[in-house]
Formats: sequence, structure tokens, C-alpha cells
Amino acid sequence: MAAALLVLALLGGWEALVRGGAVDALLLPAPTQIAEALWTDRAILAEDLAVTGWEVVLGLAAAIALGASLGFGMHLFSPVRRALRPLVIGSQAVPVPVIAPLFILVLGFGLAPKVLMVALVCFFPVTINLYDGLRDVDPDARKLLRSLDASRWQRLRLLEAPSALPTTFTGIKVAAAVAVIGAVFAEWAGSDRGLGHTLLIANGQLETARAFAATFLLFALAVALYGFFALLERRVVDWTPRTASQGGP
Amino acid sequence: MDSSGDVTLAGVAKAFGDVVALDGVSLRADVRETVAVVGPSGCGKSTLLELVCGLAAPDRGTVRSPRAALMPQRDGLLPWLSALDNAGLALRVAGRSRAEARAAAHEHFAAFGLVGFERSRPRELSGGMRQRVAFLRTLLAGRPVLCLDEPFGALDALTRGQMQRWLAGALAREPRTVLLVTHDVEEAVLLADRIVLLSPRPGRVVETLEVGLPRPRARTDLAVVELRERALAALGETVEAPRGTAPEGRR
Repeated sequence: MAAALLVLALLGGWEALVRGGAVDALLLPAPTQIAEALWTDRAILAEDLAVTGWEVVLGLAAAIALGASLGFGMHLFSPVRRALRPLVIGSQAVPVPVIAPLFILVLGFGLAPKVLMVALVCFFPVTINLYDGLRDVDPDARKLLRSLDASRWQRLRLLEAPSALPTTFTGIKVAAAVAVIGAVFAEWAGSDRGLGHTLLIANGQLETARAFAATFLLFALAVALYGFFALLERRVVDWTPRTASQGGP
Repeated sequence: MDSSGDVTLAGVAKAFGDVVALDGVSLRADVRETVAVVGPSGCGKSTLLELVCGLAAPDRGTVRSPRAALMPQRDGLLPWLSALDNAGLALRVAGRSRAEARAAAHEHFAAFGLVGFERSRPRELSGGMRQRVAFLRTLLAGRPVLCLDEPFGALDALTRGQMQRWLAGALAREPRTVLLVTHDVEEAVLLADRIVLLSPRPGRVVETLEVGLPRPRARTDLAVVELRERALAALGETVEAPRGTAPEGRR
């Protein structure tokens, strides 16, 4: 309720600012103009949303698969850990706008470079949160399982993997929130459709309202993805105070 | 490790880096005997149990024990498992199916006062109930020796008294060889057949007291009070360190 009021107040202020002539509508269109653009361009924008949404969903899936393999691999095998840790961390230092055109050059203008770009942006928080979660285990429980002669596989399945779930979901939620950035940069580097593409074109044509409409859809996409994983987390991880529906003792 | 006999430690020493946890500790627990190991925080009591459970090897001396089940200091319950699944964890690890483990654990739920809480997660249980689930899990490991590490250290005084009486009853029904680590002298006198007093770090045996009192014992029995005072005198003031502070200060 408070959030809705805040948003309404901000939108009202914004609208008044633009209508009053304090800001040029070419630079910052009023909310009603953006809504109008959303409506008039709905056919193009819906198609763009589907394209970008698909890129992001596939990219996130790839990031989760890659992050899970790397996280478990680094946890279970120390040669893998030593070999991959610098690469994994270094991968995050690569400037996305610089690497995106290279992906396009190598992989063409299709879906593949976009998915790869999203995966590159997203796999790191998944990997690191899973890896840390697997190691950050209650020492008493660890002792207990060792005293029961649990095998390596049993320790992983009964103790480490479940304890890593909450942090892994945190990593996935961070990834979901930033995933659209990867897709937008990849579309900017070479694409003829998608919200990033439309954003770029609209900017060039001074169609600011349409650019803002596309941005709004990117925003909504990120929020929806985050919401999906937050909901999934509540269903899967139902033992932490953060996610428990009922109070503790 | 043999499977029948008693627990014997002879001249056991264990250090972690420069920190000497145990220095020449000898003790013995006969079959179906409860031996309490009492000492101030940081005297290597937990280390002693780890040696008996085979989680670590002594630097010097010998540890001889049948296979032992450990009840760690803070229950070690897995927060994502129900009370029933936590209790049956040892059976799962031993390769039994989930249904078998649950059935075996559930047979004891009435005697452990846990009926109605089968599906509760640990955070929904009271401190006393958590300890009972953890103790049941330890019992169901099916090992002849139980190593209990400060089982009631985190409980309030009232619940601790109840749980001590309850444990005495449970052990009367299901006798095992028990090593009970505690910093509560009174708890040791109430529950043990023999009390081994350890000095502050490095842990050495100060004195071994035979309890030899009839059960059930009450904290107000004259003999219990006398023995408690004897043990406290032997330990000096060190035992009166505040309760429930840091876990064994090693590593």
C-alpha cells in the first residue's frame, strides 16, 4: 500500500514536471506519454518482449546449469577449484559492451550470442553462492555425519546440498535481476529485434517515449523473473526464518 | 576398535598446532556404565569425544573403544528435516530406506514425548524436544557406546533438570556405555557411575570419583550434595566459569 502510494506520488510529480515545461519532453517523456507509446506500439513491443524474454529465460537456464556444474565441481575437486577460480572471477572483469560484438562475430546474429551473453552475466552469482553454501555447513552436523561413517555422496546429498539451497536461491535471484542487461547489450551489438534493439532504434530516432516504453518492459521482465524465483524459493526452502510462513517456537 | 568391550583411554595427548587440548588423559568406561567427564570450558572435553568416535587420532597414547555414536554439542539437527527424519538420520546413512527409517524412529516417539511433532522442523521444537530428537538419533545409530557432548548445556535450568531425569530413565530402559561430557558437576553426580575431573587446558585428569549412589538421585540428596562439593573442591574455582559461553575454545 505504502509502495503503491509512493509510486503514484513519484509518477504524479514526474507528470507535473514534464507538463509544466520544466523538462523537455524529448529528453524525458511524461508517464502518460510512455503509457501511450506502450499502447500504440503494442504489437511491436509485444513481439520484442517475447524475443528478449526468451533470450533471458534460456540464458538464465544456461547460467544455472553452468553455475551448478562449476559450484559442485569446485567444491568436490580441488584441482578444478584451483584451475577455475581465477577464470570464474576474471570472467566478471570482462566489459560486457566490449565482448558482446565478439560474440556476434563468432556466433552470428541469431539467438546463440544473446543466450551466451546472458549466461556470462548471470552464472557468477549462482556459482559463488552455491560454492560458498556448500562449504558453509554446520560443523556439528558435519561431525555427526562423519561419526556415522557417511560416504562422500551421502554428505553431499544429506547435508551440503540442502544447506547450500538458501544461498543458491539468493544467487539465482541476483542473476534474474541482472539478466536483462546481458540480453540488451547482445542485442545492441547486432540484432534486428528485441527490446534492446527497439530501445537503440527509438533512441536514434528521438522516439523517447517508445524508448522509455521498452525500458519499462525490461524493468517488468526483471521484476517478473525475480518474483518467479522468490516464489519458487518459498516453496522449496521452507525451513529458514526468511522463508517460513509460520513463526518459530 | 572392538565391538564388545569397554572404552579405554591410556595416556592420550592431542594438540591442535600449539594448543595442547589433552595431555596424558587416561580413563575407562565399563560396559553399560555412564562416565561423566567434567571440566571447565576449553579443557579438551569435546576433543576427547572426537577421539573416542574415531573422528581424530591421538598424538600419543591409545584409544580403545567399540563403535561410538556422537551427540554433538549443539544438537546438530538438520533444519530442513522433520523431527522424524532427523531421528532416523543414522538409519538413512546406514542405507535403510526413508520409510524404514521413519518407522523405526516412530516406534520411540511416544517414549520420547514427541508424539504429534513427527513432521515439525527443528526450529518449531522447544529446546528440550530438540535434545530428545538428537538423543533418539544417537540411540538409533545402534552403537554400543554413546558420546554425549554437553547435551543439556543450552537449556534453561528448569528444562535441564527435567531432561536429566528423563535421560536417567531412558538409559535405564536402553542401557549403553555412555561418555557424558559436561561442565555441570551436579549433572555429573546425578547421572554418572564415575566422574573424571579434567583441569583447564591442557586437559589432564585431576581426580576420578566413584559415585556409587542408588538411583534415582535427587539434587537435594545429602550424598549428592557432598559429592558435588568434593568435585568442585577438586576442580578449584575454574568450573564456576559462566555457563553456555563459547564452544570448546580450540582451533
